[in-house]
Amino acid sequence: MSSEKQLLEELTTEEYKYGFTTDIEMDIAPKGLTEDTIRFISAKKNEPEWLLEWRLKAYRYFITMPMPTWQNFKHPDVDFQDMSYYAAPKEKPKYDSLDEVDPELLDTFKKLGIPLDEQKILSGVVAVDAVFDSVSVKTTFQKKLKDQGVIFSSFGEAVQHHPELVKKYLGTVVPSTDNIYAALNAAVFSDGSFVYIPKGVRCPMELSTYFRINAENTGQFERTLIIADDRSYVSYLEGCTAPMRDENQMHAAVVELIAMEDAEIKYSTVQNWYPGDKDGKGGIFNFVTKRGICKGDRSKISWTQVETGSAITWKYPGVILKGDSSIGEFYSVALTRNHQVADTGTKMMHIGKNTRSRIISKGISAGVSHNSYRGLVKISKGADGARNYTQCDSMLIGDKCGAHTFPYIESKNESAMLEHEATTSKIGEDQVFYLNQRGIDSEQAVGLIVNGYAKEVLNQLPMEFAVEAQKLLAISLEGSVG
Amino acid sequence: MLSISNLQASIEDKQILRGLDLQVKPGEVHAIMGPNGSGKSTLASVLAGRPEYEVTDGEVIFNGKNLLEMSPEDRAREGVFLAFQYPIEIPGVSNINFLKTALTEIRTYKGLPPLSAKEFLKLVKEKQQLVEFDAKLTNRSLNEGFSGGEKKRNEIFQLAMLEPTLAILDETDSGLDIDALRIVANGVNQLRSSKNAFVMITHYQRLLEYIVPDFVHVLYNGKIVRSGTKELALELEEKGYDWLKESLDTQNAI
Repeated sequence: MSSEKQLLEELTTEEYKYGFTTDIEMDIAPKGLTEDTIRFISAKKNEPEWLLEWRLKAYRYFITMPMPTWQNFKHPDVDFQDMSYYAAPKEKPKYDSLDEVDPELLDTFKKLGIPLDEQKILSGVVAVDAVFDSVSVKTTFQKKLKDQGVIFSSFGEAVQHHPELVKKYLGTVVPSTDNIYAALNAAVFSDGSFVYIPKGVRCPMELSTYFRINAENTGQFERTLIIADDRSYVSYLEGCTAPMRDENQMHAAVVELIAMEDAEIKYSTVQNWYPGDKDGKGGIFNFVTKRGICKGDRSKISWTQVETGSAITWKYPGVILKGDSSIGEFYSVALTRNHQVADTGTKMMHIGKNTRSRIISKGISAGVSHNSYRGLVKISKGADGARNYTQCDSMLIGDKCGAHTFPYIESKNESAMLEHEATTSKIGEDQVFYLNQRGIDSEQAVGLIVNGYAKEVLNQLPMEFAVEAQKLLAISLEGSVG
Repeated sequence: MLSISNLQASIEDKQILRGLDLQVKPGEVHAIMGPNGSGKSTLASVLAGRPEYEVTDGEVIFNGKNLLEMSPEDRAREGVFLAFQYPIEIPGVSNINFLKTALTEIRTYKGLPPLSAKEFLKLVKEKQQLVEFDAKLTNRSLNEGFSGGEKKRNEIFQLAMLEPTLAILDETDSGLDIDALRIVANGVNQLRSSKNAFVMITHYQRLLEYIVPDFVHVLYNGKIVRSGTKELALELEEKGYDWLKESLDTQNAI
């Protein structure tokens, strides 16, 4: 079908097709990080006093924290003073109609294939919040969602219109003291998404946010907060791309999810930040703290991620299983090639009774990249009847890459049932030859095999994005065969 | 269609084929028999283009083109199909998706447009019936969890779907019970035409009762030493390979 042809075309065109930059008038803060920078950001966003104080507190903590040393990669030399912490399109950041948006911006999102025009969305309704650099450009379907009581807006907007909700939940899942990048994010976060689903409501459409980094020498610090009240359901997806640059750029986001009684949050990520060139120059540092709390009984949080970009991917989306009979899930495909590095995994903390967690992690390494899975399953004393199933698989393409596994299990409860399986495989030459003999060339063969390997995870993605993710995996493998 | 002259091939410095000659014309069915280690599977692998084998001399012309210079996928697209002796499993890749991709590649190579989803599914249904292939198996991952017999039958189903001009069946009958054998043979017989050709590599004469060959060749020590019709197969069955070896040694001694 035409999707196969498309694949062939894309394989032969440029490596990272989102590498373009957008020429648009920007408001960029001077480089450097001091308390004044924080005040500047907060003032720009017209924030209430309590939020400024919250930021400052985090900043004061940040400057006392040492850099971490436990990771399985060389931490890059980051000069926190050598980047700008605020960049926004010069026009006002929120628009009532698309006519007000700078055409360059609209064009950017069009090139990325992201529908901002509501009429243009035909199949499978998806509401989009488009974030350009640090600023949310447009959120679609806000009115329609509002009718059901669903709040889907940029974080900044939420601070203005629903401060009580933000104040109640911000920092309750990822406190500023959690780690150095969480502290930094709390101090300088720019924008992100805010979602609130009221009791008993099943969100009528997929919610998604597309993050696009554009300005040079800036760091990207989004903050996302999703609250699902009793008996509600929401499926949320984030996609990310960035232009090709020689210098590294930092992306340190924080995502907090809160699921109340009988509620369910499904959070999917398709990450395709610029990974650096084939010599390892440039690329995004993706240092993210994502955590959900299954606060209410029988609540469920599921993380699904397809990571193909970034020079360094460093994240452990986790779930705190506080409510009895709550469920946490983590499905991940992390692909690294050339000089990319991934140190990613999950943390499942079992606190309530009869809680369950499921971890399926699939790493694919190619080139000279290194892919590490780091997972923690923690069963506390009172977590009777806890169950965990972990499966971490590694696939190696070629013989210069590395796959590493660091599973940690801490159990303080005798009734816990823990299962762990791990496999390592190399793409079989026999498998590739079999496909060759049926007329399929090696690169396509590897694409098919890798997609087959990652299927279990890809199937977790909302349908609209599963196809994109499959294509992304295949395209990301270009040139890694042989 | 296929002309093999003086083919010499080795693997890991071990010489296996030592000057093999074979001519196959459209519409013909050839059987290649021979004792273990004679080079039967090597022949199949070399024709398919397995990289582990090194061709040290000789040539293979397929439809006027130099087959040995082509990549394995191009040979397939030209119309060469190998039904593997040990079909490999590829988890996660569905039979259907795999077939569609393969068929599209082959059609594109021939300058044909890819089939629409509707046309493709129609073809699948048609071929499934032709070779009596269970529809349930089509929806599964490629050979994953298939029994030996099911894998072999999947090879024949793929053969039916891809419609090659030259089909090489590498010990397709090994591991099949009587019923499976009958079904496989039936499938192959349905696919025979004046435009294609089959080369069956087999140990036993049994398959040849179902798929009656036009020519039978005996491969011994990397060369075809005897050729005949289906009667030769019967003779071998009766007398065994030792009889042949003895008569060859006698011949060489003279």
